[in-house]
Amino acid sequence: MKYFIAVCLVFTFNVLPGFSQSKKTDLPGIDIKTLDGKWVSAKTIQKDKPMVISFWATWCKPCVRELDAIRDVLPDWNDEFDFQMVTVSVDDSRSEHRVAPFVKAREWNYEFYLDPNSELKRALNAPTVPHTFLYNKKGKLVWQHSGFTEGDEDELYEKLLEVTKK
Amino acid sequence: MVKTKLILASVIILFFSVSSRAQEIPGRISGNFQLDAQTYKADTLIGARAAPEKLLLNSYANIRYDQGGFSAGLRFEANLNTLQGIDPAFDGVGIPYYFIRYRTEDLDFTVGDFYEQFGSGILLRTWEDKFLGVDNAIRGFRIRYTPKPGIQITGLIGKQRHFWELGEGIVRGLDGNISLNELLPSLQTSATRLAFGGSFVSKYQADGDPLYILPENVGAWAYRFNLSRGGFQLESEYSTKINDPSADNNFIYKPGNAILVNASYATSGLGVNLSIKRVDNMSFRSDRNQNLNKLMLGYLPPNSKSYTYSLMTLYPYASQANGEIGIQTEISYRMKSGSLLGGKYGTQITLNASLVNDIDKSAINDSISIGAPGSLGYKSDFFKIGDDKFYRDINVEIARKLSKKWKANIIYQYLNYNQLVMEGKGGLLSANIAVLELTWKFKSRNTIRMEAQGLWTKEDRGNWAMLLAEYTISPHWFISVSDQYNYGHPEEVKRIHYLYGSVGYIKEATRIQLSYGKQREGILCVGGVCRNVPAMNGFSLSISSTF
Repeated sequence: MKYFIAVCLVFTFNVLPGFSQSKKTDLPGIDIKTLDGKWVSAKTIQKDKPMVISFWATWCKPCVRELDAIRDVLPDWNDEFDFQMVTVSVDDSRSEHRVAPFVKAREWNYEFYLDPNSELKRALNAPTVPHTFLYNKKGKLVWQHSGFTEGDEDELYEKLLEVTKK
Repeated sequence: MVKTKLILASVIILFFSVSSRAQEIPGRISGNFQLDAQTYKADTLIGARAAPEKLLLNSYANIRYDQGGFSAGLRFEANLNTLQGIDPAFDGVGIPYYFIRYRTEDLDFTVGDFYEQFGSGILLRTWEDKFLGVDNAIRGFRIRYTPKPGIQITGLIGKQRHFWELGEGIVRGLDGNISLNELLPSLQTSATRLAFGGSFVSKYQADGDPLYILPENVGAWAYRFNLSRGGFQLESEYSTKINDPSADNNFIYKPGNAILVNASYATSGLGVNLSIKRVDNMSFRSDRNQNLNKLMLGYLPPNSKSYTYSLMTLYPYASQANGEIGIQTEISYRMKSGSLLGGKYGTQITLNASLVNDIDKSAINDSISIGAPGSLGYKSDFFKIGDDKFYRDINVEIARKLSKKWKANIIYQYLNYNQLVMEGKGGLLSANIAVLELTWKFKSRNTIRMEAQGLWTKEDRGNWAMLLAEYTISPHWFISVSDQYNYGHPEEVKRIHYLYGSVGYIKEATRIQLSYGKQREGILCVGGVCRNVPAMNGFSLSISSTF
């Protein structure tokens, strides 16, 4: 079995370069869920603008601090740049149903997705939450950051500034 | 071993072929690695054991390749030797996880190892958590078919990871999802959204028992729906399985069932949530003789909230697969900024209550005691609540930004914890817990965070107090010192200070942390699945990076 897989791997890597997908993005084709229960491929969520994806969970204090901090500055950021602020919650079936009331109660105005078995988190190799990714307009991953401490939102602001200039 | 070497050789070839042709290949290589090392000094007072190896280390690296609909990846793990508290059966070096996945518009194949969840996961959830030492990935074949938007069918077959081997049982599963709004054009714009789903999972394990005739094929079913309109949402899942005598249920022949209901309402500034769960003999593993966190097939989400403040994690709830009935409700409200009570920046108030009891259990007849092995176990009235209290958590949390520089968070919690059921010692414990957290951003990118926590109980190890101070210089540095003081321990010599210090450096997605100090014995839980964490005294180093 292992041998078979190894051969497949080598074969595939040497043969596959010939084919390509219509829309290029660094995001993999993993399905995530909207708050009203619709599954969509992560490949399709980016519109033609820079995108921030923040992985978080309701039980994760630094994650909530990060998204609270961005809530407070988001109106200013929106005036300055045209970008997408996406959050992906890795709450599992224990607390997945808490996400919608949680974000509404905090008056967060982001795009929300659920990744209840951490499929997308795993595919993007984020070891823990919070973990923040920044994609440029063309869907290329240009920056990522692990963890959150107060003031990190200023760094994200600078990165957004760089990416929207280009 | 030879095969492992072959895989490694193939990966190296693959690397070279990919890198030499990087210009032509539009795909993406990504991955991460993590290393956790700890030294162990014996400390009889806190119960810390020395390690004969002096230093223990858990590490892994993931690498994956994505191009269009194709992806492949593997994980290398080296546990030399496994950190204390995690099963030493993980000792060793190898590649326990590898897969190839190909996806088109309507088909999605995976060969190799995969993680999957059907519905809420009560029948089937394979997942990994390195801190818990859980990894029950299925190795086999999975196919997902989307014949038209709104319908999705998943089928799988395989065996589960069991440390460096595979478990004995064969797992077969089928799951279907129908989203009416996507399926029917007339409902596409409807504000009411309705989705249905169903799963069937079966496991096969030969009956080698000398005493009992055991079912070799155990089938389980689940049905679910999700209804939402505006801010309202209602979802439920009911699951049932045939008799499945196992080490968990003491080899009783009773069928099992579980029901989960979640309802919520959300509007700007207000969120309300209610969840009800009843579990009756629903432990589900691919090997009936296993225990603890080994070869779990189903996942029973606990009806309790998870916390990260240290003293609030001292007595965490663990799901009781043999029977539990619980209710949890949470109300979260944001008092508007600029209002009288909300202050200049607004104030968040959250109320939570979780109550879990045993289910009602009565003897089948006068001659068979409740739960006697080889019998039908017990009778249970679905609508009756058992007398045994398992868990009570009533708490209120207030979070408020006081000024541009200051933030405060206050929590009070009342807790009942059935230590006998969760840990096999003591009895029903009650505790009061309070937490105060202050964050002071005294100049741009420089923040000091302080925590003061107290836990008061007459049982177990008595009262605790904790202080923590953390200084962060965004975006790179942090340093923290904490002291947990068990000042109320019934034995005077054990009134110990657990001092712990950490310094860390972060650069983008790379993180290095060095810590030193004493850690108390405790229980670590993720999603109601727990493991014991032994007391430790020594250095720990943790490095992780994502690329």
